[in-house]
Amino acid sequence: MDSKLPAPAPIISADTAAFWAATKKGVLLLQRCDACQRTIWYPKAFCNACGSLETTSFEASGEGEIYSFTEVHRGETAYRETPSFILAMVELDEGVRMLTNIVGAAPDALRIGQRVRVVFDDAGESAALPRFQPADKVS
Amino acid sequence: MSIKGKAFIAGAYEHPGRDLPDLSVMRIHAECAMGALGDAGLSLGDVDGYFCNGQLGFGGISMAEYLGLSPSYIDSTFTGGSSYLAHVGHAAAAIAAGKCKVALITQGAKVRGVVRGAKLAPDTPEYPFEHVFGETNAGIYALAARRHMHEFGTTSAQLAAVKVAASEFAQHNPNALLRKRVSIDDVLNSPMIADPLHRLDCCVVTDGGGALVVVAPEIAKSLKRPSVKLLGHGEALKHSGDGRPDLTYTGAVWSGPRAFAEAGVTPADIDYASIYDSFTITVLMTLEDLGFCKKGQGGAYVADGAALRLDSALPVNTDGGGLCNNHPGYQGGLVKVVEAVRQLRGEANPHVQVKDCALALAHGTGGGMSRMGSVTLVLGREDA
Repeated sequence: MDSKLPAPAPIISADTAAFWAATKKGVLLLQRCDACQRTIWYPKAFCNACGSLETTSFEASGEGEIYSFTEVHRGETAYRETPSFILAMVELDEGVRMLTNIVGAAPDALRIGQRVRVVFDDAGESAALPRFQPADKVS
Repeated sequence: MSIKGKAFIAGAYEHPGRDLPDLSVMRIHAECAMGALGDAGLSLGDVDGYFCNGQLGFGGISMAEYLGLSPSYIDSTFTGGSSYLAHVGHAAAAIAAGKCKVALITQGAKVRGVVRGAKLAPDTPEYPFEHVFGETNAGIYALAARRHMHEFGTTSAQLAAVKVAASEFAQHNPNALLRKRVSIDDVLNSPMIADPLHRLDCCVVTDGGGALVVVAPEIAKSLKRPSVKLLGHGEALKHSGDGRPDLTYTGAVWSGPRAFAEAGVTPADIDYASIYDSFTITVLMTLEDLGFCKKGQGGAYVADGAALRLDSALPVNTDGGGLCNNHPGYQGGLVKVVEAVRQLRGEANPHVQVKDCALALAHGTGGGMSRMGSVTLVLGREDA
């Protein structure tokens, strides 16, 4: 989709290449530790729950709920010219909480606990940014 | 092994400037260094331990060179605004271990009128998963504030009460950036920065800095000025771990008990507290996490009549704090210690001096609510 928000290209490392490549296909990947089975966020080549160096990516449901949100009126860096936008922390159904934006909804219509689903905004040739929309708006 | 009573703060200095276009950052460090050493009655040649945040130049080495120091102990720990409280604890540990006797801690900063760039270095692992979404400091604290409201019923008016108290103190501080008293409505009617945080829920942005001199007991005894005894130091990092951050508490839940245990005191014993106040929500949550009230009761606590004022059980940020007085370079920790030292020496502004202040706490927070340094110090009057 195109949310009209800035979509700065992320810096991609060896740890995160598979994650960002998947975003171009509209897939949100998470990692599960091969040793302790813990689902971890953000992508890293290490399980910091148990110290294992072996993790495996899997496709996340892309669904979750709003843990908290704010309408930011004073954007910085790439968002400096954006009048306002929604910064949010979303708890995915897999248990991890990620920073993101809520798009396609008026700030007044949002609430903590609201169900949301991932959508992707192109951020250059190599990545798309995982943002979230209220679940009842996504077809 | 403990640092209790093993080190004293002999010199403390807060730069009087808040807007310093004509001074270099190095010069601000130097003015602060000489201010604190002068306060202690010591000179540059006495310094054998040096502490700074290492952000300027090559770790702490560039600043040591500028100041002409040849320390036997150097530490450039950086944990955001809490760095300088960490430095006090680390200096005390170094002194207790015999590594140095006169530790100088300096801060200098210039940020006024500068458009803030990315807070994180692009090669940090979290950067690609936060910066691209427009993360800001106010935004992260706003997420924490809204979640705190959701879980505990905290209100914007309760948050505003923290700013009102700070402004009442700041009117007596001639150096404070904001000296005007404000009301709850003033805060609630100020422009929204990141809801629910208004402009007046946010700290000031200032140039300047400060310095501290931490010395061994025998040095403190030899000096004419009263020193402040370091009784306890607690330090902690809070981060997002495997990706499940809880935004409703600060690192004070760990640093506080460590400092109280080392000092052998409880929150009820504290006569004055400098509580890090990057935002109003920071104060409210830190008071809860340090045990001055129950978790979730911070809103009711700060909004209760005389709370935070001179005639309350716990006067807080009597210099006007970061919310009104000074928050140099987005890092307000050092000046938190300076006001605690003033209170314990009986040298605070007479309008805000806590009567018979024997035991003080200074708390620093650095970073955001999902990733922060947290340091708590318990300080005693020299005869405490």
